[in-house]
Amino acid sequence: MSEALAAGSRIKVRDDWPEARGPCHIRTPHYLRGRNGVVLRRLGSFPNPEDLAFALPAAVLPLYHVAFRRADIWPDVTTDDELLVEIYQHWLEPA
Amino acid sequence: MSDILETGGEQLLAALRHVLEGKGIATTDEIQERMAVTDAANPGQGARMVAKAWVDPAYRRAMLQDGAAAAEAIGIPMRGMPPLGVLENTPETHHLVVCTLCSCYPRAVLGYPPFWFKSAAYRARAVRDPRGLLAEFGTLIAPDRKLRVIDSTADYRWMVLPMRPAGTEGSSESELASLVREGDMIGVTVPAMRALQGEKR
Repeated sequence: MSEALAAGSRIKVRDDWPEARGPCHIRTPHYLRGRNGVVLRRLGSFPNPEDLAFALPAAVLPLYHVAFRRADIWPDVTTDDELLVEIYQHWLEPA
Repeated sequence: MSDILETGGEQLLAALRHVLEGKGIATTDEIQERMAVTDAANPGQGARMVAKAWVDPAYRRAMLQDGAAAAEAIGIPMRGMPPLGVLENTPETHHLVVCTLCSCYPRAVLGYPPFWFKSAAYRARAVRDPRGLLAEFGTLIAPDRKLRVIDSTADYRWMVLPMRPAGTEGSSESELASLVREGDMIGVTVPAMRALQGEKR
């Protein structure tokens, strides 16, 4: 996803597992891969830590605060509790 | 290799500083400034921000907008530190901060994290069983109150602005600051009247 995401955008976290392909550094928690959430707000833009970790040139990427319903992740959750997680734009796709 | 291992720490540090300066990575002044930031960082700094936010609505708004700027406004050095976000507890919502990936922590305003913050158990349970985890800290969140868990995964650091305890209407800003503990700003506990009542925790 390359265009900036507005607050309220419904997104899906890419169901991607780079760690299965080789050495990598990922800031997207495994329990959110493939899950749906809502963009709360854009936090700014930061150099991609996945490249910084290997001292590679890092693109500056938009970072979002994304809200997830815990009940959407774990079926035993009965409350409206949420998770709020910083996720870089290249991990987000339209829901 | 053995030469390095047997060299005194002071000598190694001096050599490292010399190299950092020579390569233009960090000046002596910058290193001294960063050491001062690290030495000054402790939960009392965050508690000062919280107390000020409780008595000064304009400061509270500024703090929720930009935590780092609000910290600097009361003399907490933030240069070179990650951006600071502040999450406000309300009657409707309680916030809990964790870093499931590692140990991201708002050190500039809270100092070093408590030992359990980096434990695998805290990191896993904060997202998987947050209400159960909070109950073990003695913090019971009403079933109809929303719990929001902040997984601190990237470039921001997060602290919680707790609710001002009832019964503190006449308290001064410094008395209020003395009520706020590190756990209150992580979200595992909430400030109470403990200090004003002379309670031991």
